[in-house]
Amino acid sequence: MADLATRTLPLRGFHGGSAAVRLTPAAPASRLSLRAKPDAVEALSTALGLSLPTRPKASVTIGTRHALWLGPDEWLVIDETDTDLGSLAAAAGVLHSATDISHRNTAVLVEGPGAAAAINAGCPQDLSLKTFPVGAGSRTVFGKAEIVLYRTGETTFRVECWRSFAPYVSGLLAAGAQDAGH
Amino acid sequence: MSGAKRTVNADSKGGANRIPGKGRLTPAKTARFTFDGRTYQGLQGDTVASALIANGVHLVGRSFKYHRPRGIVSAGPEEPNALIDVMRDNARRQPNVRATVQEVFDGMTVASQNRYPSLTFDVGGINNILAPFFAAGFYYKTFMWPKQAWKSVYEPRIRAAAGLGVSPTEDDTDEYASRYAHCDVLVMGAGVAGLTAALAAAATGARVILCDEQPEVGGALHYDAGVTIDGQDGYAWAQDAARRLAAMDNVTVLTRTTAFGYYAQNFVALTERVTDHVSRPARSAPRERLWQVRAKRVVIATGAIERHMVFANNDRPGIMLASAARTYLNHFGVAVGRKVGVYTTHDSAYEAAFDLHRAGIAIPAIVDSREQPGAEVLAEAQALGIEVLTGHAVTDTKGKLRVSSITVRRVSGGSSARSIVVDALITSSGWTPSVHMFSQSRGKVAFDAETQRFLPGIYAQDCVSVGACNGTTDIAATLAEAVAGGELAAQAAGFSGSARLELSGTQAFAWTGGMAGAAYGAGPEDDVKAFIDFQNDVCAKDIRLAVREGMHSIEHIKRFTTNGMATDQGKLSNIHGLAIAAETLGRGIPEVGLTTFRAPYTPVTFGTLIGHSRGDLFDPTRKTAMHEAEEAMGAAFEDVGQWKRAWYYPRPGEDMHAAVNRECRTVRETVGMFDASTLGKIEVVGPDAAAFLNLIYTNSWDTLKPGRCRYGIMLREDGFIYDDGVVGRMSDDRFHVTTTTGGAARVMHHMEDYLQTEFPHLNVWLTSATEQWAVIALQGPKAREIIAPLVEGIDLSNEAFPHMSVTEGQICGVPTRLFRMSFTGELGFEVNVPADFGPAVWNAIRERVEAVDGCAYGTETMHVLRAEKGYIIVGQDTDGTLTPDDASLSWAVGKKKTDFVGIRGMKRPDLVREGRKQLVGLLTKDPSVVLEEGAQIVADPNQPKPMTMLGHVTSSYWSENCGRSIAMAVVAGGKARLGQTLYVPMADRTIAVEVSDMVFFDKEGGRIHG
Repeated sequence: MADLATRTLPLRGFHGGSAAVRLTPAAPASRLSLRAKPDAVEALSTALGLSLPTRPKASVTIGTRHALWLGPDEWLVIDETDTDLGSLAAAAGVLHSATDISHRNTAVLVEGPGAAAAINAGCPQDLSLKTFPVGAGSRTVFGKAEIVLYRTGETTFRVECWRSFAPYVSGLLAAGAQDAGH
Repeated sequence: MSGAKRTVNADSKGGANRIPGKGRLTPAKTARFTFDGRTYQGLQGDTVASALIANGVHLVGRSFKYHRPRGIVSAGPEEPNALIDVMRDNARRQPNVRATVQEVFDGMTVASQNRYPSLTFDVGGINNILAPFFAAGFYYKTFMWPKQAWKSVYEPRIRAAAGLGVSPTEDDTDEYASRYAHCDVLVMGAGVAGLTAALAAAATGARVILCDEQPEVGGALHYDAGVTIDGQDGYAWAQDAARRLAAMDNVTVLTRTTAFGYYAQNFVALTERVTDHVSRPARSAPRERLWQVRAKRVVIATGAIERHMVFANNDRPGIMLASAARTYLNHFGVAVGRKVGVYTTHDSAYEAAFDLHRAGIAIPAIVDSREQPGAEVLAEAQALGIEVLTGHAVTDTKGKLRVSSITVRRVSGGSSARSIVVDALITSSGWTPSVHMFSQSRGKVAFDAETQRFLPGIYAQDCVSVGACNGTTDIAATLAEAVAGGELAAQAAGFSGSARLELSGTQAFAWTGGMAGAAYGAGPEDDVKAFIDFQNDVCAKDIRLAVREGMHSIEHIKRFTTNGMATDQGKLSNIHGLAIAAETLGRGIPEVGLTTFRAPYTPVTFGTLIGHSRGDLFDPTRKTAMHEAEEAMGAAFEDVGQWKRAWYYPRPGEDMHAAVNRECRTVRETVGMFDASTLGKIEVVGPDAAAFLNLIYTNSWDTLKPGRCRYGIMLREDGFIYDDGVVGRMSDDRFHVTTTTGGAARVMHHMEDYLQTEFPHLNVWLTSATEQWAVIALQGPKAREIIAPLVEGIDLSNEAFPHMSVTEGQICGVPTRLFRMSFTGELGFEVNVPADFGPAVWNAIRERVEAVDGCAYGTETMHVLRAEKGYIIVGQDTDGTLTPDDASLSWAVGKKKTDFVGIRGMKRPDLVREGRKQLVGLLTKDPSVVLEEGAQIVADPNQPKPMTMLGHVTSSYWSENCGRSIAMAVVAGGKARLGQTLYVPMADRTIAVEVSDMVFFDKEGGRIHG
């Protein structure tokens, strides 16, 4: 029996930002791509212990668990602990698709008074608190990469992207953070 | 006037022509710069133009075609002449900068352009004497014979001679930023109208962005000292208003920011010059910032641009727009001359004369071609004792490098000419409303016959024009229009309430007059150079020539004469050119029409447009989880789309060829490991997953049992191969689909498209899992023994886990989806582990591989090994015109299937005819010769050219395992040609080849089951 394999994180060692924005890699998390039709939402909500949001850009958080509405039949479920979200969903016993994407995605935490400006370096969405309030989440573009943008506070965001896009996304965030300081 | 800044200039700081007590700059704050090697002192806040004029320099460039000496014409972005080269260092250098816009900073290096060897003596000036040979359209007529000479002689020389500025050769070290923004109301222009509209909109709580191209707000108030608002000096009121706006949370005021592009749905591009005026900018600060603004409503308050008078030799240095002279005096405190003549058909120039006169500058005469100027300005001129020559025209000027005198005649003729000594001449033929942005928004302009102006007519977007760009010139009317415009814009954006903004304004004089086209003495019968487009050297007579030569559309006239095609895009010349064309054609101006305004409004640097997208941020560079481990092993990488893939692993002393040969041998003799992570992976889940795959692939999936895999091909609707890959059935309702690396994204979209549009009744969902898994392929006779001790809970025996199987278990203590499959024809496994575990598992496997003298191999070896087995690569061996039968893949098409994407396309007559190009193997008669991929194939190499080509080589390699070269090719009727000799004609020789099947190694295929 070989040694137990260890994790190598895509953004290991990354840190950056400016006086106006702090950039840090998010800790590893459990992530589920959840797909289901409306009639399964209630049972899946019960199974996952949170009420899956049904409005565009909405999210729901209970403790360490977050569910982001990505489409009429699609959610991104994130748990900041090591949790088998797929098994939880399976226990609902209703028609759905659950795919583990814990390692597909990684995330950068963007914090500070210039956070929105830094993200707007590559994201065309209106990030004012009125249109993108705390708790808003959206699959969107950031330069040439796809991201899921999640506002966790007035000046804090979580930027989820596919792992191989992480150097590009963090690099463009760093460029945006630098500009947001001027 | 800002009282605090109005200190007396005791000495001549900032130039000898600086007038003590005039202007808004601070004399103590100086800035030294060089122009063509000479050092000058300006004041902070000067433009290069104002600083040069302050130092008595009017000659700043040579014209494009005739190399005539040229001076500063304007004080703004419309400048056609004063284009300069601005340099901080070799890397930070920009040509074609308008001296009237660029602010001076301490230590800047400025150079003139388009002159050799110097500005005052320019050998290109010979073109001026040879001018008859350079009439409009001369390129098209003169340099056509002999034909070959155009490319080799004429074009290069003309380009060298006519070039405007020199591009920097070093990489630009400046940073350029970009930012998206949203607002309720975007106001373009911060003159009286724009500021007022912004105040009105902001008072409702709407989010407002106000931008202006100048360093300070104020617009026309920079020169117009005769305006008061709410009893306050106009310019001072503007600065107060900007301060009030900037202090509001819902307002962003952006100065030095030009709105240059107006796109669909109120999407507007702005360029902000962040540090171009700073002597020593912070390294981290961007030079420029691109703003891409989505506005619910747009208020266009872009003002108007003064036109020059068109008369003989109107281009000498020292001849400029009246409003420019007034700006230099009132804002910069600089006199453009000591004896300033005035030539006008519009009242506004009188006010410039009054201001200059009051500042102690001599005004020898105001020449007005009108018999009746505005009564108010005429009375004031008489009261000030300025001679006014009504009904007169300036018909010529003198002065080599600067105007020295003007020739004046009565427009009614008769009387003799009078010469007046001047050292500057200011002119005005009226004002052109700036409808550029309105027109860019796709609004239609309408010609106002009474005032002879194009004004905003039919709106195409949610915007409104206010102030001078809307033809409103009276100050009280402008204020009322701007308040209403700003308020309505905010209300339309969803904000209620009124600002109840009531502003009163006064102006010194009401303006009348104006003309478009050539003035007296520059008519059709006068053979003179009366310039309308200074930068492109277009004269009034060039427009007439264009009409005579048959150009009747303004778009043709523009291209024939190049009028309006320079960097200033005809801001001064378009209306003059149009008027002359209309007159020559005998039609009205609106019938001839205006050329289209396009972005950018003023030149924009490539840096602004590129923004952050350069270097590492030009495009994402995607690396697999094992990239660093492979790098440490010495891998050479190749680009595959955005991915970096290990290409081969050279050992000391090995070139690529030697490394690939070794890797190929090692895989077949012992074992090789390969990073296959980039292959696309799609998780297909749901009770109808098999039914869905039946429709997407040609193969049948109902019969595939959980735990087994199948190679599948998918077609487009037209019956051609779209992608291929191995699909594993994880359970009844879950499939692990793999795609080609390059096809990952488009196959996902293809599937999702069909699922949503054609098969929405199916209960199935697709999730991209490409990056969830790191994939390590192990290929070779010893593959099983490598992983056997690492896996847990998996029986690797042939019986339990035969070729084309998949299972879940653990490897190195982490979850794996383990595939038994092969793209080499050897015993093979593909280890999928959650990507973060990839490097650790890779290293564990590597240790065992190296212990048995196996090796890691790259994509090149992978290509050779699969070609030895005749496995195709979609996109290399297929090109979107091959059917499954063409590629000998008919076995993968479910014969009993009644429907799948492409089933009808496959039956099209052309796809089933005889003689189609088919994929076959090629063996060179000389086994040591390796064919070139892409080389053409013929039956008879001695036939006359052009030869009939049968097809081309798609893949070709040296196969170390076969001890010879191997190739794949598409050949017309290829499968019927097995054993035939064909030929591959190359530049230096003809290569004979024999058509073969595509399996070159282990034809029986036993090794895969080892």
